[in-house]
Amino acid sequence: MTSNLHLWLIPVLPLIGTAINGLLGKRFSRQMVSTIALLFSAAPFAMALWIASQFASLSAPHIETLATWIRAGDFQADFAFYLDPLSLVMLLVVTGVGFLIHIYSVGYMWEEGGFYRFFAYLNLFMFFMLTLVLASNYLLMFIGWEGVGLASYLLIGFWFTKDSAAAAGKKAFIVNRIGDFGFLIALFLMIQHFGSLNFVEVAHAAMSTGPSGGEELLTAIGLLLLVGAAGKSAQLPLYVWLPDAMEGPTPVSALIHAATMVTAGVYMVSRSHVIFEHAPAALMVVAIVGTLTALFAATIGVCQTDIKKVLAYSTVSQLGYMFIACGVGAFSAGIFHLMTHAFFKGLLFLAAGSVIHAVGGEQDMRRMGGLRTKIPWTFWTMTAGTFAIAGFPPLAGFFSKDAILWKAFSSPYGSWAYWAIGVFTAFLTSFYMFRLWFMTFFGEYRGEEHAQDDHGHGHGGVHESPKVMLVPLVILALLSVCGGWIGSQRFDKFLAPVFHHSDVYTNASIVVAEGQHPAFPEPETQKESGAETLLTGLSVGAALLGFLLAWQLYQRRPALPQEIAASLGSFYQAVLNKYYVDEIYATVFIKPLIEGSTKLLWHGVDSDVIDATLDGSADEAREVSDAVRHMQSGNIRSYAGWVAAGAAVVIFYMVWMGTR
Amino acid sequence: MVPVSYYLILSGILFACGVTGFLIKRNIITIFMSIELMLNGVNLSFVAFAAQWKALSGQVFVFFVMVVAAAEAAVGLAIIIAVYRTRETLNVDQVNLLKL
Repeated sequence: MTSNLHLWLIPVLPLIGTAINGLLGKRFSRQMVSTIALLFSAAPFAMALWIASQFASLSAPHIETLATWIRAGDFQADFAFYLDPLSLVMLLVVTGVGFLIHIYSVGYMWEEGGFYRFFAYLNLFMFFMLTLVLASNYLLMFIGWEGVGLASYLLIGFWFTKDSAAAAGKKAFIVNRIGDFGFLIALFLMIQHFGSLNFVEVAHAAMSTGPSGGEELLTAIGLLLLVGAAGKSAQLPLYVWLPDAMEGPTPVSALIHAATMVTAGVYMVSRSHVIFEHAPAALMVVAIVGTLTALFAATIGVCQTDIKKVLAYSTVSQLGYMFIACGVGAFSAGIFHLMTHAFFKGLLFLAAGSVIHAVGGEQDMRRMGGLRTKIPWTFWTMTAGTFAIAGFPPLAGFFSKDAILWKAFSSPYGSWAYWAIGVFTAFLTSFYMFRLWFMTFFGEYRGEEHAQDDHGHGHGGVHESPKVMLVPLVILALLSVCGGWIGSQRFDKFLAPVFHHSDVYTNASIVVAEGQHPAFPEPETQKESGAETLLTGLSVGAALLGFLLAWQLYQRRPALPQEIAASLGSFYQAVLNKYYVDEIYATVFIKPLIEGSTKLLWHGVDSDVIDATLDGSADEAREVSDAVRHMQSGNIRSYAGWVAAGAAVVIFYMVWMGTR
Repeated sequence: MVPVSYYLILSGILFACGVTGFLIKRNIITIFMSIELMLNGVNLSFVAFAAQWKALSGQVFVFFVMVVAAAEAAVGLAIIIAVYRTRETLNVDQVNLLKL
């Protein structure tokens, strides 16, 4: 069946919202602005739901071509949209969570200046994100990819009068550029060797080059794509921008820097799965980067005191999990975690925003505490999110994290090392999340009774957020609880047309013949389910251990953490200062760059060569004209005298020549 | 018959008078008349040569010079009037806007 679903409308609708609010919003009332923004983010969601209901009757992948964009020789790129189970999942997550966060933002941003600007940017982000998700070739995807970077930059620097916010926006943009550089080169390689950027054609080309010695090429493309993904999805070593991005308004952190944009890297790697499957070396690098990032960010998260920074490092760490999943070839598990993560991390950020709102702009957890009874709705929703991310059954995070850990162990690309680090990270995740939970909601309130009034509204101490903010929280909390009940098996089956049509099957059967674990769980044996239960038990145990440790340290004996910190000495200092990564980057990359451009390029080349040449020739011209200009006296008779004298000379010369 | 050299000497004297007047006078009208004097000095040498060589082209050329001189006189006088109206002077040394 080739029915026309008008997929192009999905990204274009939010763009219309942007255009209306961005161009005219300044004159609109807040009600008007929020109505428009909500309308144009609800419409794509409604369309996505409708498409989901039609999906069973479609032939996947469903491709709709709108127009030819670029045609050069054999190369062609279209404005074409691609719908398959993978993009449908992304579509539902982006529009659904995006719509909820739009609702929340109405409440959160109500008192802020630049209300219309905020919603114009937010809709713009939706436009680019949906373009990214629905694109049917890498080039159109790249448009979305760059566009979400732009929207992210604009929204991080939303309070651009604040220096730190402006700097954070710039940092995010520049670090992402480094990743995009890799992505672009990967695209160039594809054009050169495959002659196309269409997902379908690239997949076919990759499949046919794979066995016949093209593995180096595929490895190179895979690694370059990974560089791009690491920039967008905040993986080592390009993760540094994400914690700083918390300078943006909290709904932005929830939407862009937790639920949707940062998962674009995972989506892109999954979309390119054929390339990675034919380049085991690149796949291994993905897994290693993911593992290290998960562990590294989790350890930093343990020591942060800013509530949003904890969540930011947690996001980096969870994205690491998704990369582990992709790196062991379990793309569907990665996408499953992407979806549940969008629910619970979106929820956690929104709840954190509600907490910050409640205490009047304070973000330091050391000045919170005892908020459980004061903001019960926020407390209960955040509790759901915390238990979900920590991986307690039967909440969403448990299912997806468990699927990833099992695949990390059992997949032919997997290894027990990934699994061990994954479980240890799960323990750390549980610990820092419950640390946040205890510090914020339990014990005594440690802030000032009349908190600093950053929002400019009349604060009667700590207070619950308005309904418009609580409703999205409750919906996301329900999703965080129930979102995992789909089960990774069923999810895997749903995504199977995307990931299993390639020769993974044959790969897996070869591996099974060699007596190792199969890649995918269809032929699940009794022994394996036993092992799976054991591993599941261990990871739940790790989560429980984290909870108990946090309870012990931050609830029962609040003085203990400081003693431990003191006894760890310099190691604690290193972790507290985020392993000095920013400082290292500053000395290794940024300072030489600034020095080099200042001394060599600016002073050396520009001032001493280019400017000196131009200035010198200008000086020379001025000196010459200064000498000559006195002839131009402006006195008519002196001119006439020169003419007469000249004529006399000519006559004398002619006469003299004539008489010779 | 008067030898042609007489005419040429007179012509040279007239031309020299014109040049001298052009160079030393400050009044624009005087300068203008000096130019006419130079033109007529040249005209004299033209007709003298034409008479000597019995060639008409010299005579014809003089008519052209006179026509051009008449046109030039009309334009020049107009300019002089315009200058006088704006600058209220006929002294060329004071008409020096382009001077540094």
